[in-house]
Amino acid sequence: MTAPVERYDRLLHLRRKFYNSVFLVLTGIATLIALTALFLILETLVVKGLAGMDSHVFTMSQPAPDEQGGLLNAIVGSLVMCGFGMVIALVVGILAGTWLAEYGDGTRLAAIVRFLNDILISAPSILIGLFVYQLLVRPFHGFSSLAGGVALSLLAMPVATRATEDIMRLQPYALREAGMALGANRGLVIRAIIWRASTSGLMTGALLSFARISGETAPLLFTSLGNPFLSFSLTQPMAALPTTIFQFAMSAYDDWQRLAWAGALLIAAAVLATNILGRALTRGSMQK
Amino acid sequence: MSTAASVSDEALRVTDAQGNARSPRNDWLFRNLCLSAVLAMMATLIGLVGSLVSGGWMALSHFGFSFFTTSTWDPVADQYGAAGPIVGTLITALLALVFALPIAVGVAVFLVEICPQIIARWLAIAVELLAGIPSIVYGMWGLFVLAPWFAQNVQIPLMTWVTPGSWLEAIVSGVPNGANIFTASLILAVMILPYIAAILRELLMSVPSHMREAAYGLGCTPREVVMRIMLPYVRRSAIGAVMLGLGRALGETMAVTFIIGNSHNFPHSLFDSGSTISSTIANEFTEATGDMHISALIALGTVLFMITFVTIALARLLLGRGGPK
Repeated sequence: MTAPVERYDRLLHLRRKFYNSVFLVLTGIATLIALTALFLILETLVVKGLAGMDSHVFTMSQPAPDEQGGLLNAIVGSLVMCGFGMVIALVVGILAGTWLAEYGDGTRLAAIVRFLNDILISAPSILIGLFVYQLLVRPFHGFSSLAGGVALSLLAMPVATRATEDIMRLQPYALREAGMALGANRGLVIRAIIWRASTSGLMTGALLSFARISGETAPLLFTSLGNPFLSFSLTQPMAALPTTIFQFAMSAYDDWQRLAWAGALLIAAAVLATNILGRALTRGSMQK
Repeated sequence: MSTAASVSDEALRVTDAQGNARSPRNDWLFRNLCLSAVLAMMATLIGLVGSLVSGGWMALSHFGFSFFTTSTWDPVADQYGAAGPIVGTLITALLALVFALPIAVGVAVFLVEICPQIIARWLAIAVELLAGIPSIVYGMWGLFVLAPWFAQNVQIPLMTWVTPGSWLEAIVSGVPNGANIFTASLILAVMILPYIAAILRELLMSVPSHMREAAYGLGCTPREVVMRIMLPYVRRSAIGAVMLGLGRALGETMAVTFIIGNSHNFPHSLFDSGSTISSTIANEFTEATGDMHISALIALGTVLFMITFVTIALARLLLGRGGPK
């Protein structure tokens, strides 16, 4: 590279080399800072979380301060409301994504919907909580797990829609043509061929939207509120892991703070596991 | 010919999984089912806007423009001015961006251009996974680890070091408990860092390799390739990615609520306690005393919606279809 050219500027060469080294070092430092910060957080989470973990966490409900107890009511509540939210979100999201990918493609409505959906994906979740409060809590005069589930479903819906559309678009057009050549109508082609070919992708989408909502706190604060007792009722307030963690962490009791860390570790582990599972499912079936 | 047609008629009596014979009506039904799902989602958005505006209308019409310009937030006297939380939201989000952006760019460049690809793949996966960690975890870390450390090792030394009365003192004054605007911004920065870095990395990866190779072929150093070729190539989308991170910081609730100190006053220094729109709503909504209090909080939500909607809409326009899920 340094073949002597007529006007070889040694100084320029050195300067460029110098700037380049500085640049490389700076990016390395940036990466180091980022990894250190994130490592510190994970380390605290794991150490304090494991310290708070014992068998009671899974078998007993929320304790009074200074008593034995666990997070059973919160874990159950989270599962119930996330499950409820996921069912609604998946039904609506998959159908809406299907319309965007198959029927609405190229129309003005589809372009608008796609844009607004992308905005909804990143909208602050606390606003969804305010909305559901006015929709389901105020008119019926009471916090309920139903409202919490609906709030979570509204958060997961845009994610599921986007994932469905993206995955269905990846299916080769020849598949659709082959189905239609056999005489199936469009709806049948979609349901019997395209959906089936996209199964693993759809499951990834479902897992990603689950990961998205399972750690959400803000939309539950004033919809499902929280409940110190184990409850399965859709019309009563219900505890959830994130809201319980929030309440416990803000409290002045050591026991509660200990449980809060255990709960935080549980949630983070669940979210990470879901994300990893989703990625593993996608591998090979869809390249992105 | 006619026999062929009749044969195909016979063969075409396909049934789907539910046993319904194929028919145009069947397709019509499914198509409109899908369409109604889309419309339901749009109704959600309209309902969201409608409920925020109608719920906050009482406070907005009662206080008028002074809702945005005064900072008296007094539930006892039923007097609400939102300047404190609004300014707090903007300051923390912008500060977080200032902290996070250079580092996120550095991480993305390092992963794409410098680090050996075998390691980079794993690091990239780690960064993306970290972007998914629930914000409440960041908030707890801020409350229990960062705030005490910050008060002990930064705030108190700084406050004893600065000369009283100087401008520096004005910046660092505040209650030395580590719960303030600055630490809240730090937590937000750590939270949006993996998010922005992951998008930037994908953008840099999307630069066609012939452009990079052409630049290297001309004898460019890696720095020149990144700064003069790759970053300009993705400039538009990169701005979108940054704004998406900003939108996330603006609307974030849990990471901030733990650590910002929750005072409704106009923040007077960098180390003063403050509040953001979302932290105010999260703290007060369930304990709101009267209709006007609730309405004022929902009006705050409306303000937050407008700020984030504009930010995110711009971000998505800049990003185009390539944006993250």
